[in-house]
Amino acid sequence: MKTFFPDKEPSDLIGRLVVPLAVAAVVFFILIAQLWNLQVMGASRYRELSLNNRVRLTKSTAPRGLIFDRNGIRLAENRPGFDLLVVPEDIVDWNATTSKLTEMVDITPEMIEGRVSKARKRPPFEAIKIKGDISWEEMARIESAKFRLPGVALSVGPKRSYPIGEATAHLVGYLGEVGDKELKQNGEPGTVPYRLGDVIGRHGIERALEDKIRGRDGGSHVEVDAVGREIKVIKRFPPIPGNNIYLTIDLGLQLEAARALEGRAGAIVAMDPKTGEILAMVSSPSFDPNRITTGMTTKEWKALLDNPMSVLTNRSIQGQYPPASILKPITATAVLEEGIITATRKIEAGSSFTFAKEKYRDWKKEGHGKINIYRAIVESSDTFFYQVALELGIDKLAFYARGFGLGEKTGITLGNEKSGLIPDRAWKLDTYKTPWYRGETINASVGQGFMLATPIQLANAYAAIANGGTVLKPKLIREVRSQDGTTTETFSVEKVSKLPLAPSTLKLIRKALKGVVNDEGGTARGLMNKDFVVAGKTGTAQVVRMKERIKDIEEVPYKLRDHAWFVGFAPYEDPSIVVAVIVEHGGFGSRTAAPIALKVFRNYLVRVKEGSPFKPTPPELKERDRVTVTGASAVATGGEV
Amino acid sequence: MKNLLKNMTLQLFDRRLLAQIDWAIIITMAILAVIGLMTIYSATYTRNLYYYDRHTLWMIIATIVFIMAVIVDYSLLERFSYQIYGLSILLLAAVLFLSPAVAGTHRWISLGFISFQPSEFAKLALIIMLAKHLSGVAIPKKGLDLKGLVKPVLILIFPFILIAREPDLGTALTLFLIFTSMILVTKVSRRTITGILLAFSPLLPLGWSFLKEYQKARILSFFQPSSDTLGSGYHLLQSKIAIGSGGFTGKGYMKGTQGSLSFLPEHHTDFIFPILAEEWGFIGSLVLISLFFLLIQRGLNTARNSKDRFGFLVALGISAMLFWHVTINLAMVCGLMPVVGMPLPFLSYGGSFLVTAFAGIGIIVNIGMRRFIF
Repeated sequence: MKTFFPDKEPSDLIGRLVVPLAVAAVVFFILIAQLWNLQVMGASRYRELSLNNRVRLTKSTAPRGLIFDRNGIRLAENRPGFDLLVVPEDIVDWNATTSKLTEMVDITPEMIEGRVSKARKRPPFEAIKIKGDISWEEMARIESAKFRLPGVALSVGPKRSYPIGEATAHLVGYLGEVGDKELKQNGEPGTVPYRLGDVIGRHGIERALEDKIRGRDGGSHVEVDAVGREIKVIKRFPPIPGNNIYLTIDLGLQLEAARALEGRAGAIVAMDPKTGEILAMVSSPSFDPNRITTGMTTKEWKALLDNPMSVLTNRSIQGQYPPASILKPITATAVLEEGIITATRKIEAGSSFTFAKEKYRDWKKEGHGKINIYRAIVESSDTFFYQVALELGIDKLAFYARGFGLGEKTGITLGNEKSGLIPDRAWKLDTYKTPWYRGETINASVGQGFMLATPIQLANAYAAIANGGTVLKPKLIREVRSQDGTTTETFSVEKVSKLPLAPSTLKLIRKALKGVVNDEGGTARGLMNKDFVVAGKTGTAQVVRMKERIKDIEEVPYKLRDHAWFVGFAPYEDPSIVVAVIVEHGGFGSRTAAPIALKVFRNYLVRVKEGSPFKPTPPELKERDRVTVTGASAVATGGEV
Repeated sequence: MKNLLKNMTLQLFDRRLLAQIDWAIIITMAILAVIGLMTIYSATYTRNLYYYDRHTLWMIIATIVFIMAVIVDYSLLERFSYQIYGLSILLLAAVLFLSPAVAGTHRWISLGFISFQPSEFAKLALIIMLAKHLSGVAIPKKGLDLKGLVKPVLILIFPFILIAREPDLGTALTLFLIFTSMILVTKVSRRTITGILLAFSPLLPLGWSFLKEYQKARILSFFQPSSDTLGSGYHLLQSKIAIGSGGFTGKGYMKGTQGSLSFLPEHHTDFIFPILAEEWGFIGSLVLISLFFLLIQRGLNTARNSKDRFGFLVALGISAMLFWHVTINLAMVCGLMPVVGMPLPFLSYGGSFLVTAFAGIGIIVNIGMRRFIF
């Protein structure tokens, strides 16, 4: 090996510069050859293409993926529709074109002007959408006058429609045109950019799974003549259709639930306690997603937003209500597990309970007498739970409630889910800067006071009771399939936690819930039937505190009436469905919510037993649309009482 | 320090220094810069003169930097190479972790009235650091072996990863190419080269998964036209139409139609060449490429004549940087390569790279004029 002297001179390197110089020469020669190719050999062709700026970019919209229920019935589909476009550069006379268009199409000059000015920054050869989804007659008029209208074009593309309409509106959602916000985000890497005039999911599944459903638009580089007519396609890029989505929803059950809730405000959630699959999810009042997607006038849209019944709210995941007596089984679990009371010990549960000079009433004027925890659940005694919860303390109660998934989002694949609220000492101090009062524990023990929960949270908590203590993540998507069928994404059961509860505790709770429906003195006796055994709990959530016990709900103004709850599962022996029902201002849970729940149980359990998956017939669909429209308007007027 | 400055000033006015200045490279650079200014004007004047004005401002800054790069003895670069390299890494880290994202990438540091890209500075810092290292080690007769490559690779890897994370695929690629050029000229043993090629070839598909969607789309659009996203293929087609329609003699200055009518995206930055090619035709393209070749040839010539290894390697590195920029940019707009963000030296709008390129030529002149001063 050569000894190294720090020789500063680059003598050994000088000879090695020949190669780089040669490489540079060769590479530059190749570049020149390519330029010769383009500028000399290809000159005439490229010059021709450039002469009238002849190449246009036309878009072909990727069809959005379809949305199906669990049995393959379409909840969202595509139909052909026509868009009216203009290519600014090909327009000869703007005024003439505008006036002709306003004659032929239902559109004002201001609307045209507005659309065009919005697209001002884009190159003039790119088409601008003037009006989406024009009618058949409008299309025919434009088509026949096309030669007198240089720069005006039509494009045919898929339009969204929702055959089921209102019954699945909150769930499936709807589309809207992209706004400035989305267009600004276009530079973000990893996203397929939106263009002005594109549609985007705005609600429900359409929004939550936008990236999967959307697909990727294609288009063509088209050579056109001076008036913008297509001569030849230079290059075509086929659109990639979006993925089809298969929901866990059973449409038959969904329709039955919607029908049962008709004319009332509220929500229903039905889920499979073994898998967490959501079988039905209804929110009422509803709206027509087809109207929103095809474009509403500003006035119509405003009316929808300003509707006092908050029509667009999906109450099953966004409605936060006091869980009321629905919480009692969870309170019971906590006191049993913590050893505050045994299964057999009886305590006096009278008509009221006094603590710190404050009187806390029971719903039952006569009181319940000396009862154990089983009877306390069956009869839904308030005073029983006031006493045991006082000993338990709010922090322990909150701990168990959270264990069942309350107070946090369930994580279902839908946007804007609300988390409800489970209060404890730290929360109160943090929020109100005041300490927790023990009297507040009394309210919390029966799900009143600060406590809030959504229907899906309670359905999910009861699913855990039904399945032996496993909290699941509610599942709405069964499968995502590419439209050519080559790839499929399936979703397995997601367990959130396995509650470390004594089996005897849950067994007792389940038995008591059966007692609520089937025992003498139970609060949901109306659910007893010969076909299947239901277990569940009623609840009456106070909106305002009434001085006196209410006998007749009709005496109270609508807005002040209590919310009615029922949450339960069936069949008792091997639960296959959990149903949560809330009826806003419905009064007693046993009177209003329980019968609705029974319809849902019956539809699912009897139909499944008969082995007949729901198949809608066209008249059935039509009938549904008509009925729900009137149903929603009835509710809307009801809201103003 | 005072002494140092005095010394430097004295040296500049040393007649021997002035006599050795490579005027050819300075004039070539000046011509290219003027062509750039003219082309940017032609590309954007129909809308507004913002870019033209900004570019003029940057040109003034770049000229000041150039003069400084000529005056300050380049041996100072060698002495402070660690500090320069360290500063560049710090700036890159700062821009990645502290600066807000612009269009989804972190590339800019704002100095109030003007913002610059530390990744540009990092190119020069890499060249200086590599030159410092390679000039101080013994190169075996057969060339560097795997062990000898460890340190150079380490020098490359920090700025490379930081820039790739920004993400700025084009600049990261440039760093790699500069590095490769420098070590290959320094000599790497044949066995090592073969070994590395064999070892890394199976890793190619793996690297693919680290690319962002838009980067994949760009590369795919080149190799597989069928998977082309509408956009990037369209840009390429429009670029080719602009270049091709220029023909042999061009449409004449400011008479191009493709660029000014916004058919071309980024027509003042990465796609500036099609504007020039459209207006000046094949003749113009030929002249431009010849000027670039002259520039690189002068750079390599300076390397050959430099008095020390450090000067040799720095001049080589800078020439390599310019060469790869020109090659990749032109190959890209002519449709010979996928679209990566890569400005054309002296022509593209963009201050940071203009300053870097001017500084680079300044350093080359500096090395050239001090070849007899020991």
